[in-house]
Amino acid sequence: MSVGNQPTRGSDDVTRSIEVGHDREGRPVKKRRRFRRRVGHIPWISIGIVLVVLILPALLADLITVHDPLRGTLGDRLAPPFWMEDGSWTYPLGTDKQGRDILTRIIYGARISLTVSGLTILIGAVIGTSLGLLAGYFGGWIDRIVSWLIDTFLSLPHVLLALVIVAAIGPSFVTIVAIIAVTIWASFARQVRGETLSVRESEYVARARVAGAPSARILLRHVLPNIANTLIVLATLQVGVVILEESSLSFIGAGIPRPNPSWGVMVADGRDQILISWWISFFPGLAILLVVLSLNLVGDWLRDFLDPKLRQRGRD
Amino acid sequence: MALPVSPTQGSVSPVLEVSDLRTYLYTRWGTTKAVDGVSFSLDPGETLGIVGESGSGKSMLALSLVRLTPEPAGRIEGGQVILNGRDLLSLPEKQMRAVRGTEISMVLQDPQQSLNPVFSIGNQLGEAIRVHDSDAGKDEVYARSVAALKSVQVPAPERRLRNFPHHMSGGMKQRIVGAMAMAYQPQVLIADEPTTALDVTIQAQYLRLLKDLQQRTGVGIIIITHDFGVIAETCDRVAVMYAGRFVEQASVSDIFDHPKHPYTKALLDSRPKTGAKGERLSSIEGQPPSLADLPDGCRFATRCEYAMDRCSLEYPDLVAIGGHSVACWRSEEVLWETS
Amino acid sequence: MARYILINSIRGLLTLLAVSIIVFSLARLTGDPLDVLAPVDISREDEQAIREKWGLDKPVSTQYVAFVGNAFQGDFGGSFKYPTETAASVIVDRLPASVKLGAVATVLTLLIGVPLGILSAVKRGSLADSIAKGLALFGQSVPEFWLAIVLIWVVAVRWDFVPTSGITGWQSYILPSIVISIFGIAALLRLFRSAMLETLGTEYVKLARLKGVSEFKVVWKHALKPASIAPLTFFGGIAVRMLTGATVVEIVFAWPGVGLLAFEAANARDFPVVQALALFTATAIVVMNLLIDVTYAYLDPRVRLGAKAVA
Repeated sequence: MSVGNQPTRGSDDVTRSIEVGHDREGRPVKKRRRFRRRVGHIPWISIGIVLVVLILPALLADLITVHDPLRGTLGDRLAPPFWMEDGSWTYPLGTDKQGRDILTRIIYGARISLTVSGLTILIGAVIGTSLGLLAGYFGGWIDRIVSWLIDTFLSLPHVLLALVIVAAIGPSFVTIVAIIAVTIWASFARQVRGETLSVRESEYVARARVAGAPSARILLRHVLPNIANTLIVLATLQVGVVILEESSLSFIGAGIPRPNPSWGVMVADGRDQILISWWISFFPGLAILLVVLSLNLVGDWLRDFLDPKLRQRGRD
Repeated sequence: MALPVSPTQGSVSPVLEVSDLRTYLYTRWGTTKAVDGVSFSLDPGETLGIVGESGSGKSMLALSLVRLTPEPAGRIEGGQVILNGRDLLSLPEKQMRAVRGTEISMVLQDPQQSLNPVFSIGNQLGEAIRVHDSDAGKDEVYARSVAALKSVQVPAPERRLRNFPHHMSGGMKQRIVGAMAMAYQPQVLIADEPTTALDVTIQAQYLRLLKDLQQRTGVGIIIITHDFGVIAETCDRVAVMYAGRFVEQASVSDIFDHPKHPYTKALLDSRPKTGAKGERLSSIEGQPPSLADLPDGCRFATRCEYAMDRCSLEYPDLVAIGGHSVACWRSEEVLWETS
Repeated sequence: MARYILINSIRGLLTLLAVSIIVFSLARLTGDPLDVLAPVDISREDEQAIREKWGLDKPVSTQYVAFVGNAFQGDFGGSFKYPTETAASVIVDRLPASVKLGAVATVLTLLIGVPLGILSAVKRGSLADSIAKGLALFGQSVPEFWLAIVLIWVVAVRWDFVPTSGITGWQSYILPSIVISIFGIAALLRLFRSAMLETLGTEYVKLARLKGVSEFKVVWKHALKPASIAPLTFFGGIAVRMLTGATVVEIVFAWPGVGLLAFEAANARDFPVVQALALFTATAIVVMNLLIDVTYAYLDPRVRLGAKAVA
C-alpha cells in the first residue's frame, strides 16, 4: 500500500476539543453560554406528550379512570365520542363493541406499552451492551462470534418467529417481552461494538492499559462511561421502536392476549367496525403515533445534545 | 526571506483589484462581519500574503473572491472584485462559473480532504478540463491531464490518473490539486493555508513548486496563512488581517524589519524563535473580539499595549506611512520603538 | 475482489446455518408436530406410521441433518395444512403477489425517499425541507397497521376509488404499497439528508465548485455518490423485507402473498411451511447483504481494493 497515512495533526485535535467545549482535563471558559448553545431547543411539547400520553397514564391509571378497562356496560356499546351526536362526557372517546370506555383502555394500554418497552430495552440493552463491549474490546474470535450472532439475529424474520412461538405456546406478556428482547439486543450490540472499537484506540484507554489496569476495570471505568451517551440516545429511540413492534404483534394476535387493552389489540378490535364506529381503532392508533413521534423527537434532540460528534454533521 | 522575484512596480496594471469588500455571515446568533471593508490589489507575478489568527476572516475573504461563501449564511454585502476589467461580484452565476478554474483558481488547505474519495484522479482532473472546454475529446482531455500532472512534477502521471485519492500521500494530493487549479493557467491563484496539513519537508517542496509555477506562468498568487515562515519564504507583500479588516500592508522586508501596527508587532514577537514553523500564533494576551459584536473603535484596542482612550472610540483609517499602509493611531510611535 | 466476495459468502452461509438451527429447534421445541398431524383418537400403530412417514421417530439431530440436506435441494416436506402440496410449492404459489407488491413499494421508496432527502439537504431550512422532515418523522412513527386501516376507511370507502382488499387490478396496489413504503421512505429520506449535508460541506465539494462545475453536477455527482454509501445497507435491508412479504400489511389488505401465508401457516402449526418461509426469508436477507457488499465495492474504491487498504 502507498503512504496513505499522514502523521496525525495533534494541534488540530486540540483546537477542535476547545471549540466544541468539552476538554477532558480542564473545563473551558464561558461554559454556561456554550452549554445553552449545546442544549439547543428543548422539545418541551414532545416531552409533554410523552408524559401525558404514556408515562403519567401508565403510573396513575387506577387513580384517573372511573371505568373498568376489561368489562364494559353492554347497554352503552358503540357509543360515539362526546362531540358527536349521541356522544356524552361519560365516554369521552366513545366505547367499543363490548361497551368498554376507549379512553380508559387507552390509559391502561399506556401501562402495557411502557412496561413492555421498559423491560425489553433493559434486557436487550444489558445483553447487547455486554456482548458489544466484549466483542469491541477484545476483538479476535470473541468479536467474530458476536458479530456472527448479530448478523444472524438481524437476518431472522421476526414477525414469523413471533407467530410460530405464539402459535405453539400461546400469547402472553412474558412471550412478547422475550420475543422483542431477542430482536433488539442485536442493535445494541452492534452500536456498542462499534463505539467500543473507537474508544479502545483512544489515548486514555491506551494509557490505562499501559499502566496495567485489568481489562474488566478498563471496560467498566473507561469504556462504559464513554459510550453511556450513545446508550441513552439509543434506548430512547428504541422505546418508540418497541412500542411499534409490540402493537404490531398484538394487532396480529401474536402479542399481548385479549382482553388486555394493548393499543395494538384495540386497533384490531375496531378494525371491522372502522366504517361506522371508527373511534374504536382510530384513537388507540393515534396514541401510538403521538407517543412514538414525540419519542423520536426527544431522541433526536438527546442525540444532538449528548453526542457532539453527530451534531457536527450539521443536523438542525 | 523574500525571493528575488521583483514585480515591476507601477509599470504594469494589477491583475486583481479588490475594493471595500464586505462579507457578512448571518447566523442564529447574530450577524458576523467576517470581512469588513477590505481593499488591495495584486500585480501579475506577484505574491501577496494575507496573515492573521484563525477567526480573523482571512479564509472568508478568500472564498469571497471566488464567490463561494458558505450558503445560505454567508453573503457578500458590498465592494468590488475586479479581475481582467470585470467586477466578479456583479457577474451572473453562470459566467462566474466560467471564471472559476480558468481565470481565478484556489487550492484548499487540506489536500487529504480536497479530493473526492469515490472518483479517480483522472476523472476529477479531467473534469477540471472538460467543464470549461466541452469540445475537448477523450484523447485531448487525457493528454492535457497528463501534461497538467507533469507540470506539477508528478512522477508516472499516466498511472496516477487511474489511481484513487486514498492511494496517495498528502504531498502528492496537494500537487494534484495544484495541477487542477493550474489546468487553465489562471491569472490569480489563491492558496488557503497551503502548508498546514503537510509535514515540514513536503511544505518546503510545495512552496518551491508554487514559486516555480509562478515563474513559468506569471500567475499572481495570494497566500492565506497564519505562518510568518511561509510568508518570508514566498511572498512579496504582506497584508495583516485582524477582525475582518486589514490593519497593515507592506512589503515583506518592511513588515519583518519595521512593523508599524502593534498587532503585527505582537504577531511577530509571538513567533517561535527557534525557527520551528507551523506553530499557532497564540501567545498574544486575550482573544480577538467576537466578529458578531465589534467595538466602535480599533478592534485590537483591548489587547494592545499601546492603547489609549481614542483607540476604543474611533476606528483609525488606513494611512500610508513610509511604504506601509497601516491603521493605527500610534503607528509613528510603534515604528519609532521597533526601529 | 473475488476474495472479498468469497469471504462475505462464507459469512452468509454461516449465518444461514445459525438461522436454520434456530428455526428448526423452535419448530421442534414448541410442540410435537404430531398434535397437528394426527386426529386425537389415533391408534398406536397409526401414530407410529405417521412418525415414520415424517421421520419423527429418529433422534432430533438426525432430523436436523435430514432437514438441512433436504432444504438444500429445495425440499421442505409436505405442507401439513394443504396435504396435496409441498411446503415449497405453497410458497412458490404465493410469492409472486408479495414480490409484485414489494417491487412497487421499493420503487416508491427510492423515487420518493432519495430525491426528497437530497432536496431537503440542498434547500436546508426551506419550506420544502420542513415538509420533508415532517414526512420523515411521520413515516418513522406511524404504526403501519393503523395507517392501513385509516387509509381504507378514508380513501377506499369514502372515495370509492381503490378496492379495500385483495387484488382486483392495478388500483389494488396503491394503498398497500404506500403503507409498506412509508417507513422506508422516511428512513431513506433522513439518511440521505444527513449524508448529503455532510458531503455538501466537504472540501472536495468546495473544490468541485472551485473548478467551475455546475451546481447540478456538484449535487448529483460529487456530493451524491459518496453520500449514497451510508444509506445503502439500510436500503438493502428494507428492500428485502418489503419483497419477502410484509405480514402485517398483507393481513390488513387480505393480500394473498407469503406474508399472509406466514400468518396462516403459523396459526395452523404448518411447520414445514413455516420453516421453509423462515429459511427462504433469511436466505433472501443474506443474498441481499452480499449484493450490498458488492455494490459497496463498486461505490467506494477503498473497499474494492480490500478492506485492509482503507487509510
